[in-house]
Amino acid sequence: MNASQPFDRERMRRFVDKFMSAVPHLNALGIGFADSGPDWAELQMPYAPQLVAYPETGVIASGAIFSLMDSAAGFAVLVKRGKLEPHATLDLRCDYLRPAEPGKTVIGRVECYKLTHRIAFVRGIAHDGVPDHPIAHVAGTFMFTSADA
Amino acid sequence: MSAGAIAQLPPYAAMLDLRIGENVVTMPFSPHLIGSPGRLHGGSVAGLMEIAANIKVRAALENEPATIKPINVTVDYLREGAMEDSHAEAFIMRIGRRVANVRVEAWQGDRGRLIAAARMNLLIAREAPQKAT
Repeated sequence: MNASQPFDRERMRRFVDKFMSAVPHLNALGIGFADSGPDWAELQMPYAPQLVAYPETGVIASGAIFSLMDSAAGFAVLVKRGKLEPHATLDLRCDYLRPAEPGKTVIGRVECYKLTHRIAFVRGIAHDGVPDHPIAHVAGTFMFTSADA
Repeated sequence: MSAGAIAQLPPYAAMLDLRIGENVVTMPFSPHLIGSPGRLHGGSVAGLMEIAANIKVRAALENEPATIKPINVTVDYLREGAMEDSHAEAFIMRIGRRVANVRVEAWQGDRGRLIAAARMNLLIAREAPQKAT
């Protein structure tokens, strides 16, 4: 902890929001930056009509949650590595624990808990306000794709 | 499911602009599917594959009223998705009273060069319990 941290976080938020607003699929889903730490990242996806999969209830598509979690996982890998080197999702498993509540913003929080020379391991949850009451759980791996990885 | 069902696609599937064929679901390339320069976002391919699985299970249930809910999905990304049309076909491994086990393949120009493969388990909540006969 030091005095410059809140400033850094705000700077980080602006940097990441600018970076993410250039990613078309994140824009289409309304996904934005929420928070990050040394080995974790949090993205948010506000409720929006185009995310709905079940019009009769207003529940959003699991596929949209998958996109949120894949993006948050990729971001967690970047912060853990501490450099903007390219990577690709190798595999990602998502358990859909319950439907997201219509109208609520979904938060995806993913931790990169292990790095090897070529692979990053991630795990995380999605929730809509209460982390202890998750919507989804993910686990997966990323591979580094730069020539020297 | 026939092409006539396109008009009834729910909003998320409509946003992906999915085309529902006899066995294959197609997601035409569109700039809003891009995740990094020159590549599709893996999440859009996952969304395509989940919906292909869902449609396959729905078709297998014929007209029986039931709600199909995703339990989980595991996606293996095999190649990067280029800025081209993507296709997915789902195969039911087993369908029971309560659960369907499905695998899904996704490809672009060449059917033999998969860009992703998925396994998905779906819960089948049948609305009316079957009467013993």
